[in-house]
Amino acid sequence: MFCREAGDFKTSYEQDNQTFPIKFDRYRYYAVLVAAFAVVPFFINDYWVNAVFLPFLIYSIAAIGLNILVGYCGQVSLGTGGFMAVGAYASYKLMTAFPEVSIFFHVILAGGVTSIVCVLFGLPSLRIKGFYLAVATLAAQFFLVWLFNRVGWFYNYSASGQITAPERSVFGVAITGAANPPWSAYLFCLVFTVAAAIIARNLTRGTVGRKWMAIRDMDIAAEIIGVNPLKAKLTAFAVSGFFVGISGALFFAVYLGAVEVGEAFGINKSFLVLFMVIIGGLGSIFGSFAGAAFLVLLPVLLKNTLVGGLGWPTDLAAHLEFIIVGALIIIFLIAEPHGLAQLWRVAKEKLRLWPFPH
Amino acid sequence: MPDQLIFGMEVVLNGLMAGVLYALVALGFVLIYKASGIFNYAQGVMALFAAMTLVGMMEGRVPFSHLINAIFGTEIHHFGWHLPGLAAVLLTMLIMVALAWIVNQLIFRHLVNQEPIILFMATIGLAYFLEGFGDMMWGSDIKKLDVGLPQGINLMIDETTFNIFGYGFFIDNLDLVATGVAALLVVALVIFAQYSKQGRAMRAVADDHQAALSVGISLNFIWVMVWSLAGFVALVAGIMWGTKSGVQFSLSLIALKALPVLMLGGFTSIPGAIVGGLIIGVGEKLFEFTVGPLVGGATENWFAYVLALLFLVFRPQGLFGEKIIERV
Repeated sequence: MFCREAGDFKTSYEQDNQTFPIKFDRYRYYAVLVAAFAVVPFFINDYWVNAVFLPFLIYSIAAIGLNILVGYCGQVSLGTGGFMAVGAYASYKLMTAFPEVSIFFHVILAGGVTSIVCVLFGLPSLRIKGFYLAVATLAAQFFLVWLFNRVGWFYNYSASGQITAPERSVFGVAITGAANPPWSAYLFCLVFTVAAAIIARNLTRGTVGRKWMAIRDMDIAAEIIGVNPLKAKLTAFAVSGFFVGISGALFFAVYLGAVEVGEAFGINKSFLVLFMVIIGGLGSIFGSFAGAAFLVLLPVLLKNTLVGGLGWPTDLAAHLEFIIVGALIIIFLIAEPHGLAQLWRVAKEKLRLWPFPH
Repeated sequence: MPDQLIFGMEVVLNGLMAGVLYALVALGFVLIYKASGIFNYAQGVMALFAAMTLVGMMEGRVPFSHLINAIFGTEIHHFGWHLPGLAAVLLTMLIMVALAWIVNQLIFRHLVNQEPIILFMATIGLAYFLEGFGDMMWGSDIKKLDVGLPQGINLMIDETTFNIFGYGFFIDNLDLVATGVAALLVVALVIFAQYSKQGRAMRAVADDHQAALSVGISLNFIWVMVWSLAGFVALVAGIMWGTKSGVQFSLSLIALKALPVLMLGGFTSIPGAIVGGLIIGVGEKLFEFTVGPLVGGATENWFAYVLALLFLVFRPQGLFGEKIIERV
C-alpha cells in the first residue's frame, strides 16, 4: 500500500531523522507545499481568500502556538485573545512608528513583544497548576483588552478608538489596505504559517519539546530527572506567545485591516482557538491545522447551507453553530480526547495492515 | 464628615451588595466542585439558561418558535397565556433537574476518571452548547424579568442615613432581597449538608468516591442531585441578576466573575465563596472609586482577576480552601 514503510530503506542518520520518515508522507507534503505556493494563488478570488484561506492560515498559527502551551507543555491558557491583541497592537505601533521598515519585520517583532508579555503572565504558572492557571490567564485576557481599549497611546489617540492598518507592501505588491490583490495577502500569510509549522515541528521533537512533554506528563518526575521547570514552562510560554503574537498581527494587519479590540480579541477568541486545539488534537502540529480548518469551515458551510440554501435567518444559524461546536467539543473529549489528529493516525495504522489485519 | 468618606462608605455598601450576587453564582461552583471534582465553567450559562426559561414560561413563549417559523414558514410566537411567577419558578426548577440528569447521563458518566482539566474543558463545551440552545429555544433578545421582587431605592435607609450624615445612601431594595436570599440559601445548604441523609452521602462522595461506593452510596444519584442543586442555585442567581439587569448574554460573563471569587475564597469552601464574593465586590467598587478615574475607568472588568492572580501567587489554595498537598 502507499502508506507503508516497506522497501523504504534508510542509509544515513539524516534520512533516519527526517520529519516525514515514510516516503509517501514526504511526497504528499511536498505536493501540498507546491500546490499551496504555486497553484492556489492563481485560482483564488476575494471571497475564497477572505472567507476561507486567510482565517485558516492565521488561526493555524494561533492554534500551533496554543498547542505548544496546552498540548505539549500542559499549561492551559484562556488568554489567547488577549495575547493576539498584543500582537496586533504591537504591529500597529511598529507600523506607524517605523513606516520605512518592511511589514515582514513588524510582524516578527510583534511576535517578539507578545512573547515577552506572555512570559510575564506565565510567571504564576510556576506556583499554580491546572484550572487555577486557566483562571489566572483570564486575568491576562481581561486586563489586556481593557488596556488597549482605554490607554490612548496604543491606538495613537484615534477618535474611534480603533486601529487601522496603514497600506504597506512587500516587493512592490500591496499586502495591507484595500487595494491589495487577493493572492498577495494569501502568500504573505502562507509564508508565516509554513515557517511556524516547520519551527514548531522541529522544536517539539528536539530537546526543548521533550522537556515540555516531560513537564506535561508529570512535573515532579520531570524535575527529578533534571528538567528545569522554570525554563521549560517559560520557554513554552515564550514560544507560544511568539506564534500567537504573529497570528494576532496578521489577523489585524492583513485579514481585518481595522480592529476594535473588544470585538476582535474578546474572550470568545480565546475559546475558539482552544477549541481548535482540542478538536484538532492536543500535542500535534497536524492537529492544529485540522482543528483550524474544521472550525473555519464549519461556520462557512453552515451559513451557505442554512442561510443560502434553506433561507434561515442568520442569527439562527449562529445559534446552531454554538450548539454544534459545544456538542462536538464534548463528543471529542469523550470519544477521542486526542482529536482529529488521532483519528488520522488510527486510520493510517489501519491502512498499513490492510487488507490483512492479523 | 468629609464628603469623600461618606461616598466611600456608600461605595463599600454597594460593593457588599454586588459581592453577595457574585457569591450566589460562586456557590453553585463550590457545590459541584466539592461533590464531583468538576470545575463547572457552565455555571454562569446555567444561570442564564434558567433565567431565560423562567421568562419564557412566564410570558408563555413558544419554545423554538424561531426555528419552527424558519422551517415551516409559520408565524407563532406566544401561546397567549401568562404563568404566575411561582408556578413558572417551579416548572423551571423541574427543567433544571432534567438538565442535571441529562448532563450526568450523557456527559460526565463517560468522563469518569479523566483528568480534571479534561472535565473542565467538557464544561466549556457544555457552556457553548447551552448558550446556543437557550438562544435557539427562547430567542436572543434582551428580556425583562419581573417575578415581583421589590426594586428601586430603599427609602428607609435613604432617610436614616440622611438624618445621620446629611446625605442619603442609595441602596437598591433588590440588593437587600438578594442578601437575604443568599443568607437563607447558605444556611439551608449547610443544614442540608450536615444533617440530612442525602447531604451526608454527598459529603462522603466528596471525600472519597470509592469508599462512598463501597458503603452503598449511589454515585449517580448523588451527582444528579448535586447538579440539580447547582441548577437551583443558578436559578436563584439568574432571577437576581435577571431582575437587576435584564436577561441577556452578558449574564454569563458576569458569572465568570465567580471564578476570581472562588480563587480568593478557596474552591472547596461554602463560607469561602461568600467571603470571597464580598471581598471582590467591595474591592472592585472601591478600586473603581479611588483609582478608576485616574486610569480611565471601567476597571471592574479586570480588577477581580488581577487581584485573584496576585493572591494565588502567595496562597494557591485560597483563604479557606484545603491545603493542596502533592504526593508522588
